[in-house]
Amino acid sequence: MKTTDFTSLTATAIAARVGSGGVAPSDIVKASFARAEEVRAGSDSLNAILWSDERLSVRDADSLAEGLTKAGKGGALAGVPVGVKDNIATLELPTTCASKILAGYVSPYEATAVMRLREAGAIVTAKTNMDEFAMGSSTENSAYGTARNPLDVTRVPGGSSGGSAAMVAAGITPIALGSETGGSVRQPASFCGIVGVKPTYGRVSRYGLVAFASSLDQIGTMARNVDDAALAMEIISGEDSKDSTSSSNVVGSYRDQFVSQATSPAPLEGMRIGVPEEYFPESLDEGIRNACLRSLEALKSLGADIVDVKLPHSPLAIPVYYIIAPAEASSNLARFDGVRYGARAARSGSLREMFAETRSDGFGPEVTRRILLGTYVLSAGYYDAYYKKAQAVRALIARDFQSVFGNGIHALFTPTTPSTAFSIGAVTDPYEMYLSDIFTVTANLAGVPAMSMPIGRVAGLPVGGQIIAGPFNEALMFRVAYALEAALGPEAHQ
Amino acid sequence: MSAAEWEMVVGLEVHVQLKTRSKAFCGCSTDFGSAPNINTCPICLALPGALPVLNEKAVELAARAAIALGCKLHPVSIFARKNYFYPDLPKGYQISQFDQPLATGGSVDIVTAAGAKKVGVTRVHMEEDAGKSLHDKYPAVTAIDLNRAGVPLIEIVSEPDMRSAAEAGAYLRTLKQILQYLAVSDVSMEEGSLRVDANVSARPMGQSELGTKTEVKNMNSFSGVERALDFEFARQCALLERGERIVQQTLLWDSTRNEARVSRTKEGSHDYRYFPEPDLGPLVLHAEWLASIKAEVPELPAGKKSRFAEEYGISSEEIDQVTSDPGIASYYEGVARQSGEPKAAANWVMGEVQAALNATGSSPDDLRVRPVDLAQLIKMIRDGLVSHAAGKKIFAIMLEKGKPAPQVAMEEGLLQVGDDSALAGWIDEVIAEHPDEARRYFAGEKKLQGVLVGFVMKKSAGKADPKKLNQLLMSRAGAG
Repeated sequence: MKTTDFTSLTATAIAARVGSGGVAPSDIVKASFARAEEVRAGSDSLNAILWSDERLSVRDADSLAEGLTKAGKGGALAGVPVGVKDNIATLELPTTCASKILAGYVSPYEATAVMRLREAGAIVTAKTNMDEFAMGSSTENSAYGTARNPLDVTRVPGGSSGGSAAMVAAGITPIALGSETGGSVRQPASFCGIVGVKPTYGRVSRYGLVAFASSLDQIGTMARNVDDAALAMEIISGEDSKDSTSSSNVVGSYRDQFVSQATSPAPLEGMRIGVPEEYFPESLDEGIRNACLRSLEALKSLGADIVDVKLPHSPLAIPVYYIIAPAEASSNLARFDGVRYGARAARSGSLREMFAETRSDGFGPEVTRRILLGTYVLSAGYYDAYYKKAQAVRALIARDFQSVFGNGIHALFTPTTPSTAFSIGAVTDPYEMYLSDIFTVTANLAGVPAMSMPIGRVAGLPVGGQIIAGPFNEALMFRVAYALEAALGPEAHQ
Repeated sequence: MSAAEWEMVVGLEVHVQLKTRSKAFCGCSTDFGSAPNINTCPICLALPGALPVLNEKAVELAARAAIALGCKLHPVSIFARKNYFYPDLPKGYQISQFDQPLATGGSVDIVTAAGAKKVGVTRVHMEEDAGKSLHDKYPAVTAIDLNRAGVPLIEIVSEPDMRSAAEAGAYLRTLKQILQYLAVSDVSMEEGSLRVDANVSARPMGQSELGTKTEVKNMNSFSGVERALDFEFARQCALLERGERIVQQTLLWDSTRNEARVSRTKEGSHDYRYFPEPDLGPLVLHAEWLASIKAEVPELPAGKKSRFAEEYGISSEEIDQVTSDPGIASYYEGVARQSGEPKAAANWVMGEVQAALNATGSSPDDLRVRPVDLAQLIKMIRDGLVSHAAGKKIFAIMLEKGKPAPQVAMEEGLLQVGDDSALAGWIDEVIAEHPDEARRYFAGEKKLQGVLVGFVMKKSAGKADPKKLNQLLMSRAGAG
């Protein structure tokens, strides 16, 4: 298979061809590796992929082919190569969270989301680069080097799921898994001009996702179009007895709903889409604003009512996030102590020194900063003032969304990010970097589903539009996105 | 001020390992004594990405214990992370409960020489155990065994209501007995399934304000706790006598040297940074579920004791002994009911049965002499079918061979002969063989009756019913 043929194929198209016996899964996998070679996805350029092994992937493809012959049909992702962010546990390929402290670590078990992808026939072909332990918005915080944006290699792909976004945008795999804590799927999706989905908290099992901030973390899907992103999300969603925070809410078919509306002239008839004023500040980049306005016009033409709404506590989201997330991280990352796995400082004398040196050597500066911040806000005497107060404000932010969705608004539309992809090295102030997530972090704090999709370009760089829905209303969110995608057509990438 | 003018104030924190088959947050076995690190999985090893899932059986046992201690069980309690670094704490935090525990406000009734009193139970909360650091297994390195990591525990915190080592001992023994009756734990200090930390302070008699306390740990028996408390109290009194201050600190009890030494780890400097465990939702106890757990709480020691006194009329010392553990109590009750001889049943259970249990280390359930078998033996003794001495022999054989009492008595020829003609025959023979003693007896020398009885017993190989034999001899003497 020619790589040009391969890169034009969606996941659904691959699964259909593989399922019908039209193409061997190993040919697909080999084409994906050839494409990676072609765009130099390794550390020499894009640096999207941290770990991959063509032999293992081809072996998986061959064993899938055997199963297909026996079963006579393929799964929904039969033969589809997927990239998996390096903080999601996979067998055989390392799971390092792009950190030195987990150099060489290979998980003896696999994440539920990965198992579900494999059960649907997907082939894991790569572990993707990321900000160390998912802490960052540019994939510059990787212990294994900065990832680059395939649309402009002088710019960041966003983060923390920058490797997954770059991989999909570069046509190496049609689908990749990322993870979100404050926007780590949507922001890089926006920067790379692809679709990125963060589901409702509890929709996808976190079992096997290396925890950053447990009450915020969710695995998300990234793809070149809404259909593939929704399909992958549908497959990985659902209750898991291994994750007590996973929801028993029935998943249903996301695709059936939007595919059936495709022929309707006004597929969003009766839908009320809210535009929260806090997400369109005066300072918003004109190009981004215009792209959003164009999308709102398109939504209107699809039959939706556009309604101005308020989410008044949104401006507090960044400070709240940077108390809660580091607090949980300081505890979640305590297990990396050099005792049982991962790197251990060799020279240390006493136990305390071993802990301190292992962690000082193993963690990069951003991870260290957040551990210190989190340790501080949980300390006796500060807990009430910071963590407890932040949780109270978090509840107010969630209530903003409840009140909007409880008052007849079906979905919200906002820009995904305040800027397009910035140049590598351009943002050095941590707080400025944190502001990249200003429009995305609220959905994590409120636990609601949200996604980014390409809605245009500014100076050649992709702009993402964000759709946010009520809890467990992924199906509705995808309906809006699917209709908008069709309405924008090629304009989404212009 | 002399030492007698100081009052000891003690509060105890008791950690109890719950008797579940699997750990608190994963499916690993809780078996004691497996090879190191065998009972582990990604969750209890804290591998990256693993998540805890609460074991419902652990909640059930914890709730049962809290109910039996008279606590109020909270419909919603919260698991919290207690953060600290230690090599045998794989996650770097212990999942515990902090400001919203499972249960609060119970009590334990104790009795000492000083009388009866109620010791308040502040709280009962759930948590997981850490692993073990083995410092002396290999030279110059510490080995870690994580088999115990994640085993479910409850911590039972008392009010500072105890005023002597004896009261602390009584509290612990009573608590242990209650937990045994509930079958929630093996409550073995040797195996570490029950651990005690003691908070102790001294204050002038009559003062209501508490003195500065110290914490004493590392005791491996109840008597060790009592000795440690006396030691630490004496140390504090001596300091106070000299006008010195008590420093709040942790001491480790050394049972071989009978002294407590200051622990090297600076407990006071710990800030555990508790916060709600985000991987687990709130622990919600539904009313119906709680009701079903309440219904399953068995009869507790205090209730059983008063019932035994009423139903079986045995002495309070006897009651204490036959209710020492729930297995013994139900064994006793089986024997008492089925024999209709509660007093004899108590004697047997306290004597032969207890000795057999001590000798084999087995539990009453495993004994080859079941309550129904012992009841039968007791009735045979009562009815004169076997002598009391033969009964003991029979019991020993029953224990060994697991055969019923009548069969053993028959096979071993231990049935008593109470038949008049057989007894008369032996008496005639003895009179013929010992004419001198016989003549003197019939002449009125009554003390020789025992000698003659002895001859007959010997002749009958112990089978003659001594009661009847005496009657027969007396009637012959009277007739003569």
